[in-house]
Amino acid sequence: MGEESFDVIIVGGGLAGCTAAYVLAKAGVEVVVVERGPFSGAKNMTGGRLYGHSLEKVIPGFACSAPVERRITKERLSFMTDESATTLDFSSEKLGEPVHASYSVLRSTFDRWLADQAENAGALFVNEIRVDELIVKDGCVCGIRAGEDRMRAHVVLLADGAVSLLGQKLGMVPPLDPHKMAVSAKEVIQLDEGTVSDRFGCAQGEGCAWLFDGSCTDGHIGGGFLYTNTDSVSLGVVTTIGDIDRSDASVPEMLGRLERHPVVAPLIEGGTLREYTGRMILEGGVSAVPELVRDGVLIAGDAAGFGMNIGYCVRGMDFAIESGRLAAETILKARESDDYSAKTLSAYLELLNDSFVMRDLKFYRDFPSFMEKTRRMFTEYPALLEEVMLGMFCIDGSEPKKLSKKALTAARRVGIVNLMRDMRKGLGAL
Amino acid sequence: MREMSVEQKLSSNKFHVDEGFAHIEVDKDASRDDIVRLAKLCPAGLYALDDHDRLAFDYAGCLECGTCLVASKGVVVRSWDYPRGGMGVEFRLG
Repeated sequence: MGEESFDVIIVGGGLAGCTAAYVLAKAGVEVVVVERGPFSGAKNMTGGRLYGHSLEKVIPGFACSAPVERRITKERLSFMTDESATTLDFSSEKLGEPVHASYSVLRSTFDRWLADQAENAGALFVNEIRVDELIVKDGCVCGIRAGEDRMRAHVVLLADGAVSLLGQKLGMVPPLDPHKMAVSAKEVIQLDEGTVSDRFGCAQGEGCAWLFDGSCTDGHIGGGFLYTNTDSVSLGVVTTIGDIDRSDASVPEMLGRLERHPVVAPLIEGGTLREYTGRMILEGGVSAVPELVRDGVLIAGDAAGFGMNIGYCVRGMDFAIESGRLAAETILKARESDDYSAKTLSAYLELLNDSFVMRDLKFYRDFPSFMEKTRRMFTEYPALLEEVMLGMFCIDGSEPKKLSKKALTAARRVGIVNLMRDMRKGLGAL
Repeated sequence: MREMSVEQKLSSNKFHVDEGFAHIEVDKDASRDDIVRLAKLCPAGLYALDDHDRLAFDYAGCLECGTCLVASKGVVVRSWDYPRGGMGVEFRLG
């Protein structure tokens, strides 16, 4: 059947793939993006919040024209029991400053926009094609096969997502470890723009990111999240796959539990479900990063294991964009000498090591194991906080106790030594 | 928001079900524990035990997250691939 030839083939039209395509097309490279969905973004889901810094480098001022939902100026973190939530709320205009602004986004619209930018720059997009395998000749990747069709290229960039079957078939990506992966279920609940602003106390165009620790995941590793979109909220749960045997609740039940929680229920009251989605989340940190370069091939984005969850901050999209850009820069450099061997392409690893991607993944390398070893984070600590708060705020005419004594009584239930040890370990891991 | 079952939630999604290709193949006689694990994990609730403790599974409604592939480690899930190009779930919001 048909066999076409390009400079570069990118598998996957998500953020990593589209960013790389944009950078390459701008430099005049003949690049094609092969996407299995009907359009870029059709298979992609985020919680989700995009930290804008990495895309800002590629398309300065992108948020003025891109379909972002709200600029996040309010961060909330709650420790939940079944009846209560102890919440840290940080609201600041400073969060929205351009250098470090973050935005709630919906991927189906956002990725489509980014693909349009790449297409306008000259990249070719071929949708509704599932790549079955990479063509390898003498140990060098030189194209792709989809059914009967083949395409050739000097180099292939794999940006095929968290489940990189193609990376696995090549032997570059090992089978995914259930203890380093989490499952997420999310729903988008339609309200209206004014209601979202009012309920979350946000000005027009500004929004709230909220993470929940504790009862919604039945006390095991994971948590809930809520992000305000323009006229809807994204509500979801995340839980570590390898930890599920400890829980009686299913993932959909965890989400139901979050919906019904007395702190969350009034916020989504009267809302209509628009969409229900799921995905896997990378939690292994730097230890989950596979082999990234071989002759004629590089890996970027989720496929490269670039994801991080440190409890109050969940990242993946900014890594995907940065790694897509760095892969493109590497390919441009390799093009100068027309040499796409692993040796030349390994410049990608150096660029990654010098970037925030590997720096941040290494910096927080101890956090995934801290979470797994510190289950009290999801069980006893939310209850401890509830007890302290009830002690402070419940006035019933009984004899008052010193706050320090109330806190100490609550802390004794967990064990003072445990508490100190967890605090030290937690602070150490961060 | 009113309480909804997973099936009701899934019905708000757009799917192009590939009737000609089951992208996930399962072992219906897998052990009870292995089936229950996937029943708890699958966000779409597609794995269930039937009245005879056998696996009831339908790939229509799959959100293509890959969790069952990772969790089952070769048991229950015999083969896992993405649906053919253009098929499967289409996120309108994501």
